[in-house]
Amino acid sequence: MKALRNYLNKVKPEFEPGGKYQKLWSLFDGFESFLFVPNTTSPKSGTQIHDSVDSKRVMSIVVLALIPALLVGMYNVGYQHYIAIGEQTGFISTFLFGFLAVLPKIVVAYVVGLGIEFAVAQVKHHEIQEGFLVSGMLIPMIVPVDTPLWMIAVATAFAVIFAKEIFGGTGMNVFNVALITRAFLFFAYPSKMSGDSVFVRTGDTFGLGAGNVVEGFSGATPLSYAAAGEPLKGIIGQALSAWDGFIGLIPGSIGETSTLAILIGAAILLFTGVASWRIMVSVFAGGAIMGFIVSASGASILSVADQLVFGGFAFAAVFMATDPVTGCRTNTGKYIYGFLIGVLAIIIRVFNTGYPEGAMLAVLLMNVFAPLIDYYVVESNIKRRLKRQNA
Amino acid sequence: MSLSEKNKEIFLGPLSKNNPVIVQVLGICSALAVTAQMEPALVMSLSLTAVLAFANVIISLLRNTIPNRIRIIVQLVVVAALVIIVDQILKAFAYEVSKQLSVFVGLIITNCILMGRLEAFALGNKPWPAFLDGLGNGLGYSIILLIIAFFRELLGSGTLFGYQVIPQFVYDLGYQNNGLMILPPMALVVVGCIIWVHRAKNPEMQDK
Repeated sequence: MKALRNYLNKVKPEFEPGGKYQKLWSLFDGFESFLFVPNTTSPKSGTQIHDSVDSKRVMSIVVLALIPALLVGMYNVGYQHYIAIGEQTGFISTFLFGFLAVLPKIVVAYVVGLGIEFAVAQVKHHEIQEGFLVSGMLIPMIVPVDTPLWMIAVATAFAVIFAKEIFGGTGMNVFNVALITRAFLFFAYPSKMSGDSVFVRTGDTFGLGAGNVVEGFSGATPLSYAAAGEPLKGIIGQALSAWDGFIGLIPGSIGETSTLAILIGAAILLFTGVASWRIMVSVFAGGAIMGFIVSASGASILSVADQLVFGGFAFAAVFMATDPVTGCRTNTGKYIYGFLIGVLAIIIRVFNTGYPEGAMLAVLLMNVFAPLIDYYVVESNIKRRLKRQNA
Repeated sequence: MSLSEKNKEIFLGPLSKNNPVIVQVLGICSALAVTAQMEPALVMSLSLTAVLAFANVIISLLRNTIPNRIRIIVQLVVVAALVIIVDQILKAFAYEVSKQLSVFVGLIITNCILMGRLEAFALGNKPWPAFLDGLGNGLGYSIILLIIAFFRELLGSGTLFGYQVIPQFVYDLGYQNNGLMILPPMALVVVGCIIWVHRAKNPEMQDK
């Protein structure tokens, strides 16, 4: 660590005004402040209290919280593959298959997204903004394993430019950037984002795990069976219970399958205070209530527990809805915002058979309403206090 | 035939600095609705340009006789007559395209660009400048429509005017048409991009 610090100190003058690489200052600054907490905090005089946990540190914690879901997701990619080709393999080679299948997606998302961010920062002479650290990790986790890399690159570029940079960069975006990427993929290339041929990799990965699929194989996700009115099934027709959905060895987008791993991530986020427990709890509450209504009224064959553990619901609740930029900021607003996301996700899932999963659309829709909710919460607060004063 | 300085400005202004679509932001609905392919976009452009130019001339000729209080009705009658003529011609000679355009030819009547030009220009100018103004605005609208349709058809269907331009081997390599380009929201994004480029090239038009 010390050597790295010394090295940075040594090359720093080259990037400062007048140095050889002064045009690349924002790039250098971005790396330096990513590696080391800047030792500037707010001034001692004045009333503000401000520690040196800046947004780069917050982002790093979110990435850390994503790791459990990512690792389980990688293992699951391999696990589903070896079931599909009917082979028995050890833990290591199963994980390795998934690792090799997922890694290129992470690399592509980061290279494209950070490339655009760096370019924009250079052109506008801004500091490099750190928002993409999390988006770049989220994007590969919310796509099916067989989505082509070039599509991820196109969608990431679209989302970073049109959902973020044109609004003014990190902290200014109206929509969740990772979800815009997914929505772009979903509407532009529906055949590669839904259906039964993309969620389980049946071919080999870099020559690993070649084989032919077993008889009775179908790559459909449990929720697409549910949307067709059939009971939840795995890829070789085995029945699935809510417990399977909780553990997460089921077909689905890479990072979304294991509710258990997502909850570990949620614990990290809540323990460090990075994400809002109000939003998380109210998303699950909204989903549970709506899930109960649809199952009691017979509109859906899924039980409340099924609704919460299958598909991207838990992932959206923990990592998407809690995005502090696109969500509500007032505490009352957070309850309303989260609750409506949960309700809408289940409504879309059950009543629109074109979309077996509704969490993505629910979060994006509520992103639009978040400022409105905040506005009315603040207004009603002002009114209440005025009344109290005038009384 | 040479145009005077003033007439030149009347004719060329709407092509860029005073473009009805990307500067005045008028006529957006039809720009979104008919631009999934080049062919309907071209036919729509021609129809609107023709209607706009002739309506401008007719209103300009009548401008001293139209009572001020009923001028909107008179304008509507003139435009409606012209639109019906265009619609009938399309039905007679280009039935397929006419079916594709469906109501949008009829809706030229309500196109804001038309009303705007008639009100703002034709009522106060002589026929020749009014004709140039109508032609210029029609062409300004057409340019934008064709640019949007170019990108939407190329990226959304891989064709231009219905001819395959993206070769088959690219598809064999795994390329796919972008389905989002066919949907109207993407037309709005493309319009946004055109405005972006246009403003970047004309810094004096940027809002402070």
